Amino acid sequence: MLLIKNGRVLDPVSKIDSVQDVLLDGERIAKIAAAISAPDAEVFDATGMVVAPGFLDLHCHLREPGQEMSETIETGARSAAQGGFTAVCCMPNTQPVNDNAGITRGILERAAAAKSVRVWPIGAASVGSKGEALAEIAAMKDAGIVAVSDDGKPVATARLMRQVMDYCSTLDLPVIDHCEDPSLFAGGVMREGPRSIRLGLKGIPAQSESICAGRDVELAGLTHARLHLAHLSTTGALEYVRLAKKNGLQVTCEVTPHHFTLTDEDVRYDTHYKMNPPLASRADRDALIAGLVNGTVDAIATDHAPHHAASKDVEFDRAPFGITGFETALALGLSELVHTGKMSLTRLVELFTTGPARVLGLHRKLAAGEIADVTVFSPDQSWTYRVGDSPSKSHNTPFNGRAFKGRPTATIVAGRFIWRQ
Amino acid sequence: MLQRLEHLLGIEDLTREQISFILDQAAPFQEFQRHPLKKLATLRGKTVALAFFENSTRTRISFATAAARLGADTMNLQAESSSLKKGESLLDTVRTLEAMRPDGIVIRHSSSGAPQLIADRLGLPVVNAGDGTHEHPTQALLDALTIRDRRGSLDGLNLTILGDILHSRVARSNIFLLSKFGANITLCGPSMWVPRELQTLAPHIRRVSRIEDALKTADVVMVLRVQTERLHEPALAPEEYILGYQLTPARLKLANPGALVLHPGPMIRGLEIDPAVADGPQSCVLDQVTNGLAIRMALLYHLVGGAAVEAPPAKEKPKDSPKD
Repeated sequence: MLLIKNGRVLDPVSKIDSVQDVLLDGERIAKIAAAISAPDAEVFDATGMVVAPGFLDLHCHLREPGQEMSETIETGARSAAQGGFTAVCCMPNTQPVNDNAGITRGILERAAAAKSVRVWPIGAASVGSKGEALAEIAAMKDAGIVAVSDDGKPVATARLMRQVMDYCSTLDLPVIDHCEDPSLFAGGVMREGPRSIRLGLKGIPAQSESICAGRDVELAGLTHARLHLAHLSTTGALEYVRLAKKNGLQVTCEVTPHHFTLTDEDVRYDTHYKMNPPLASRADRDALIAGLVNGTVDAIATDHAPHHAASKDVEFDRAPFGITGFETALALGLSELVHTGKMSLTRLVELFTTGPARVLGLHRKLAAGEIADVTVFSPDQSWTYRVGDSPSKSHNTPFNGRAFKGRPTATIVAGRFIWRQ
Repeated sequence: MLQRLEHLLGIEDLTREQISFILDQAAPFQEFQRHPLKKLATLRGKTVALAFFENSTRTRISFATAAARLGADTMNLQAESSSLKKGESLLDTVRTLEAMRPDGIVIRHSSSGAPQLIADRLGLPVVNAGDGTHEHPTQALLDALTIRDRRGSLDGLNLTILGDILHSRVARSNIFLLSKFGANITLCGPSMWVPRELQTLAPHIRRVSRIEDALKTADVVMVLRVQTERLHEPALAPEEYILGYQLTPARLKLANPGALVLHPGPMIRGLEIDPAVADGPQSCVLDQVTNGLAIRMALLYHLVGGAAVEAPPAKEKPKDSPKD
């Protein structure tokens, strides 16, 4: 038994927000009440900390199988745990691509062996994510996938997307799309705008994302499937999501911490500022924050994308896209959104817990009888992020050395600490 | 006080005082190009690495000649003969060069920011000889020297740049340089090559779609090379370009009398420029080449020779100072 004492228990679903104790018994929450007495329990003093439902990340890359030099399921899971996550969804763009039940099972076996965060694989929508034939989605669902996506790129054509959505609606799986028009993207390396012009780096217009988001929302209207748009970065794409929600479609979306924190003005010749979608304009960044606050955006997702140093330590236009993100996600949310007064703490917790859970059709709640997945964090602790302390195999982050206010302090999965500060 | 230059990575971060100082320092080297015996011992015993990761003839020869005339030895690396094709990274390649102990490295690279990457990681002076679509600072300096010689001053020029501005590192460096001296800059070319964001590079930049309007009141006309590979993305017929944007004698007459015509080369006669303009009295094309040697000698002298670019004595105050 584990007794979390004196924490500020915060649950967006049951609307609890008060200092209470939480008693965990085995894999379940036994009791939430003031001043619980449990003489046999291990006690965790959470005074000054927030006790929340376990954080869920809808979007990460664990690189296994195939790119173990950058990350393994085990190192990625430990990094996620250190970021306060109790469950992460890993994208299928491994080598080989997770487009069949055998690979899905392999990922789940490796994750179980890691004894850390829960790992929920996302299966490829098409074979090899090549955009031609449908992958074995039903078999992957039986094996344990929670969604499908050809992430890294969009589902290639509108016709295929329609088929995927039709098929997945019968399986009750969400389709996650990476919105990008390849002909507009055209080898770009950062957002098109004054900064790309000044740096002489090939720009990607914002419309590359919004055109594809428009396509997907139209197809959600046609198929009534569950559509989730990944890592949105533009006002235009958010507007499609807002309209879709208004029209009652099952359309959701996520935003990454780096997109609500940085803008294209921060980009310099440092490949830690190269990600896809690229950092947005200031106006788009502000629209993302507004969407996170007003409910257009359902979840904060990290898009944790580890790349080993050798691949990032190159010319800007030759580097792969992506940055790591598990360990800085909550700190960025607290520092950039909550402590700046833009968002309530409850809303931030929602974006890490119930919001992403709803995207997957799950619920997430702190209440007696629920699974004991709990994230404990200190909202006010000042600290400086050092990549040297990261369990991840990759250190490709622009936030190394950044000072934060607020950080995770303990991550509990099924009643057991998988990480504590 | 002048900041000592450690590298020359671009014009953007230079002050006008630093620019004027470099131009002043190039003056004796201009004179020197007319000497019968063109060899100094200034950099004797020094080695300059010339690392050209992108095809270049004139810039590479210019740097090699500048180094030779200063008495320096050169190490030559060309993309064709490099290890890059064998999969070696840029940093490993230049670290290999660095291990042979050169005193400075000149780099040309197709990736914007590559010289910055090298300057951040190596302990050597780095000269950018053109990076991607970012900057080509020595070109802008030699252009400025050419203009200053012909006109006596760089202040308050009306500059018109013609062509593919979007993909031009020459245009960016010239915009940064001349706008520090108060230039009014007109950009003209097919609209997909002249995006409006270019106006954020400096104050007093306008975009004009008709070449006739762009040339009116021009003191200096800079003709950019049409990179024929760019004509394919998206396709633009050369005939269309000629019709709309070729600098012809008739069009040049619309500019101010005696307006200078500059071209960074290599020039495609009959495409972006009419041969009569290229060979005409207003053309500065060959002066630009000669001045390129002087600028590069001055830079190598200061960056590789280790002579600090200190504040010039008061009497040498740059003649381009604002008149305020």
